[in-house]
Amino acid sequence: MELLVASAIGILTAAGLYLVLRLRTFPVILGVSLLTYAVNVFLFSSGRLKVGAPPILSDATNYTDPLPQALVLTAIVISFGMTAVVVMIALGSYLGSNDDNVNDPKIETEEPEDLI
Amino acid sequence: MSLFLIVALPFLGALLPGLMNSAGRAACAGVTFTFSLAAFVGLLSHAPAVFAGEVVQTGVDWMPLLGLNFNLMLDGLGFFFALLILGIGLLIITYARYYLSRKDNMGEFFTYLLLFQGAMVGIVLSDNILILLIFWELTSLSSFLLIGYWKHLPEGRQGARMALAVTGMGGLAMIGGMLILGQIVGSYDLSVILQNREMIQESPLYLPALILILLGCFTKSAQFPFHFWLPHAMAAPTPVSAYLHSATMVKAGIFLMARMWPVLSGTTEWFVIVTTAGLITMVLGAVIGLFKHDLKALLAFSTVSHLGLITMLLGTGTAFGAMAAVFHILNHATFKAALFMSAGIIDHEAHTRDIRRLGGLRKLMPVTFVIATLASLSMAGIPFLNGFLSKEMMLEEALHTTLFGSPWLVPVMATVGALFSAAYCFRLISHTFLGPVRDDYPAKPHDPGFGMWGPPALLVVLVVVIGCAPFLAEPFVKMVTASVLGTTADVPYNYLKIWHGLVPALYLSIVAVVGGLIVLALFKPLLRAWDAIPRPEAKVIFDALIAGCVSIARAVIHGVHNGAFSRYAAIFAIAVVTAGYHAWTTGTIAAPTRTVQPVDPVSIGGWLMLVVATCGLVFLHRNRLLSLILIGIVGLMVSVAFVYFSAPDLAMTQITVEVVTIILLLLALNFLPNQTPVESTVLRRVRDGAIAIAGGLATMAMAYHYLLRDAVTTPISEFHLANSYKGGGGNNVVNVILVDFRGFDTYGEIIVLGIAALLIYALTETLLNGPVRARLLNRLPDQPRAGDMHPMMMVVLTRVIMPVVLMVGFYIFLRGHNEPGGGFIAGLIVSIAVVMQYMASGFSWASARLRYPYHGVIGAGVLIAGLTGIGSWFVAKPFLTSDFTYVRIPPFEKFELATAALFDLGVFLAVVGAVMLSLESFSRLARRAHVEDSDHPMDIDPSRELNQEGV
Repeated sequence: MELLVASAIGILTAAGLYLVLRLRTFPVILGVSLLTYAVNVFLFSSGRLKVGAPPILSDATNYTDPLPQALVLTAIVISFGMTAVVVMIALGSYLGSNDDNVNDPKIETEEPEDLI
Repeated sequence: MSLFLIVALPFLGALLPGLMNSAGRAACAGVTFTFSLAAFVGLLSHAPAVFAGEVVQTGVDWMPLLGLNFNLMLDGLGFFFALLILGIGLLIITYARYYLSRKDNMGEFFTYLLLFQGAMVGIVLSDNILILLIFWELTSLSSFLLIGYWKHLPEGRQGARMALAVTGMGGLAMIGGMLILGQIVGSYDLSVILQNREMIQESPLYLPALILILLGCFTKSAQFPFHFWLPHAMAAPTPVSAYLHSATMVKAGIFLMARMWPVLSGTTEWFVIVTTAGLITMVLGAVIGLFKHDLKALLAFSTVSHLGLITMLLGTGTAFGAMAAVFHILNHATFKAALFMSAGIIDHEAHTRDIRRLGGLRKLMPVTFVIATLASLSMAGIPFLNGFLSKEMMLEEALHTTLFGSPWLVPVMATVGALFSAAYCFRLISHTFLGPVRDDYPAKPHDPGFGMWGPPALLVVLVVVIGCAPFLAEPFVKMVTASVLGTTADVPYNYLKIWHGLVPALYLSIVAVVGGLIVLALFKPLLRAWDAIPRPEAKVIFDALIAGCVSIARAVIHGVHNGAFSRYAAIFAIAVVTAGYHAWTTGTIAAPTRTVQPVDPVSIGGWLMLVVATCGLVFLHRNRLLSLILIGIVGLMVSVAFVYFSAPDLAMTQITVEVVTIILLLLALNFLPNQTPVESTVLRRVRDGAIAIAGGLATMAMAYHYLLRDAVTTPISEFHLANSYKGGGGNNVVNVILVDFRGFDTYGEIIVLGIAALLIYALTETLLNGPVRARLLNRLPDQPRAGDMHPMMMVVLTRVIMPVVLMVGFYIFLRGHNEPGGGFIAGLIVSIAVVMQYMASGFSWASARLRYPYHGVIGAGVLIAGLTGIGSWFVAKPFLTSDFTYVRIPPFEKFELATAALFDLGVFLAVVGAVMLSLESFSRLARRAHVEDSDHPMDIDPSRELNQEGV
């Protein structure tokens, strides 16, 4: 089970990184979203994995670690706010210049070897 | 008067002149003078205690754990310097009032001057070296502002930059030295450090600390090889030169050497470094000064030379040397400030400071002539003036100093320095004032009003009084010397007097004066020789050095930070993976302590869906709409994983956030191209893939590693689990953590969320009011629009479902304390309900029914949460302390009332407001781009047929 979660985190990270390295704003935003999932699951799993032991107090004695959950909960909401800001910036730059390239166009033309 | 107030008065006063410009020049100068005078009087009120040998101390603990305490002390040395700073300050303020022209912004000038004054008083009264460092940097900054005061002069700007670069670098070095010193002693309090001479000098870190601190002192006090900035600082208005760059600021380095004298001096290292630097500076400054034609440049190099003299005296490490240094600081401050002010008067009246264009001013400016001549003669070391007394003490000390094994080196060098010093003084007098009256002055010189010659005259009176009756200054000098020496040595028995008998120092003095006259007689051939010798120009070297640093920095920055975002991201990813790899291979890895949990088919199925969706996203990301669907699947699977691993709250949050994020991205996609073009080469894609896989493997390895091991220390979660019900009154521990245990965190986070939403709103406004507006108006939708923009089924459904969803939100909110739910989730659910109205019934319809603007909702949320926190102050509890009670109102069951619920309400409102404001902003853009949608929800767009025909 641990391997499944760890590999899921790894795959999300790899896919996120790859998309972040793309040249257009939209894939970069998707990449950042994937990285957000990866980071949230990563932080969450720092409380170790437990099945069927939610931190809702009852007669049971076995609970999972509630603290990472509380931290990740706010992280999820904040990451929505940040995604929205980044999307807005991307949109503004596209509407302003009719270009959704993430890199400075001057650099791309001056240093064509940068594409490699 | 409290020491705090003495330090604070100039700073408080600094607020006023800048604002009082329109009140007139007299008012500006008046308020500046009043504040300085108040501080001066406050200082004098401590005089009896200081003369009785007491040390006045006061302080408050600021950050005691860091050793950072705002402690002040006033002893003899501090009193002496504060007296100089505030006393000469009063004279300078009077002088500047008449010196500055009507074109100059006087309020600005006096604000800077008071800032400097406060910082300088702060240095000399600090009892904590960290506080001292802060004031030290403040003097560098205010000096920068004052040197560059005439912003239109390029010399002023360059001089200001040079001064800031040199003294700022020295200040940085000194921070290092002071921190080492604090580490050695274990305290940053000066009074403690000064008690620990042995501990400091025996420490192996003594030498680095000494060198770093001396770097700070030498740069500030313009000692060789950092002397070059001071002459360039002469671009400042003359009152500044007289005040900062001769009487006070440049003496800060000397002050610090004197302050640290008990613990740093007396070692060979101190002796060799300080004495040598002082000696070289003294001779070099005097020789260069002689050949300068600009009056202020001449005086600047003479200041460099005299600072070298004082440094040399402190370097000898003897009690007599310290006393001579203290006496010379006093004497130099009096005659040099007077000389600078005289130079300013000449500049002001004759409109030139070039000695070659002056001469014969004796008859035209008799008052200035008397003042400048007395001050110059004192500097030259002529009897019955105070400069003679301290210069003779210096020569006496030099005769007893053996440097590099030679008993002759120091006396000979000191005599040469004194000789050239006398020579430039004589040159100043004879070439400026003596000789025939000329008829080619740029302006007709005459004596200025009393306001300008009064302050230097007062200083010259001191020069003469101390020179004729040194016993008057003796108790004061000895008191200051005693506080410099501390407990390390006794104050020397020697008297300050004019006639010591036919001692060797007297002969050296005579040699210096006679030699000075001979040099003056031979000045013309000497000048020709001097001009013929090639010399390194400090400014050229400095500029080349700066240009070199800039080009290196530029090369590095352009290499890594060239405007290509992808490059930064790649560098960042590679750097993190490399650092992690290094840690992984060099660290020790503990054995696993947890057993692997078994895998069941359901989780494999979930995992497969996540992996397929993620990989699909990577390969199909060019189709943007498809990639949105795929990322939705990923989010869904993450929510499922949260449910599976006992995190119901997270799952609910994730799934609701997922919905609003997808809506947001859809709204954005409305404007962005639907396809991502193929741009990067195969090679680049392989490279990016390699980086991505390396990053993914690293993350996976780390996650797997710690999932199989228990935490190194016991997590604090046990506390939360144990106290959630007892202390927080809730069974849902996650929610209790959010609204209670870590309520302050949550409070901060809803504020961040609100700011993000407002930022989006502001960006939208900017876009809609900028050039984008026209582009949006003319933009044609790139896809055929739906004929039925607001389908009836959806409109009816969303309106019917609205109260139900609100009810669910309310329920989720209420039960949050004990069951999965709470303000965050309820806020998201309610937002979705509202967004559905926008989607189904149209923007106009929904906005028309909106009663409260979303900004207000965010504000109300933050306010409610904040007020809940403040409420606990009224029962004398810290911010955000929660309380709860159980009440029973028949016929209901017993239920709980908690302040945390009120806080959660704030969270709820902030989340609703933030989410809605973001989405609304996006749809406002969309609305601008399309035809106005009608207020009527169920409309058919007749233009659709036309558009399609057009296509």
